[in-house]
Amino acid sequence: MVEPFVITTEPLDPAPLVAAVQTPDDGAVVTFSGVVRNHFGGRPTAFLVYEAYTEMAVPVLRQIADEARARWPIGKVCVHHRVGKLEIGETAVLVVVAAPHRDAAFAAAAYIMDRIKEIAPIWKQEHWADGAAEWRE
Amino acid sequence: MITVTVRFFAGHRDIVGKATAQYTLAEGATLGQLWEQLVAEYPRLAGYTGRLLFAVNQQFGQPTTVLADGDEVAFIPPVSGG
Repeated sequence: MVEPFVITTEPLDPAPLVAAVQTPDDGAVVTFSGVVRNHFGGRPTAFLVYEAYTEMAVPVLRQIADEARARWPIGKVCVHHRVGKLEIGETAVLVVVAAPHRDAAFAAAAYIMDRIKEIAPIWKQEHWADGAAEWRE
Repeated sequence: MITVTVRFFAGHRDIVGKATAQYTLAEGATLGQLWEQLVAEYPRLAGYTGRLLFAVNQQFGQPTTVLADGDEVAFIPPVSGG
């Protein structure tokens, strides 16, 4: 049983989420993986630390999925976001959307990701290669 | 009087130096008034004014939202998930 909206310290794996959203009605499953990269604004990054207001973030992720469902004909949605220390190349967020047709699945996945970055109470602390650290705000 | 719990996250927690604090306020106090009180106590928070999201009991609120005894308040600095 995969919970649809999760904040976790555990590594993220898209395969169980893809299986969880897909139904016989769906001809499209879009998976977006947000991955930790080694630079921001031209400055080398060593690693990231994510933090969440988990008790609020989970219902906000559900609200964002409901907003997407009101705009496009989509099926099930899973959003899992990782918190804690993440190394370069690790997955920070998975957005997985099933829909009968691909246009809606692509559009909804992009919308959900944009809204996470607008309102989900989740924060990223950049730890630079030179040892400095700052919250991205 | 009412007592509310304030949760601090990310850059706010770094400034305040703690993750939670309790505040005793007058009846009818609003989220916006509590934020002004916090800025007076921690002047480095002032730079966040106008760039916040407000929450009461894990729901988004407004500066005009009136607080009640036992509420959990969060002033949400600019988010950066994903």
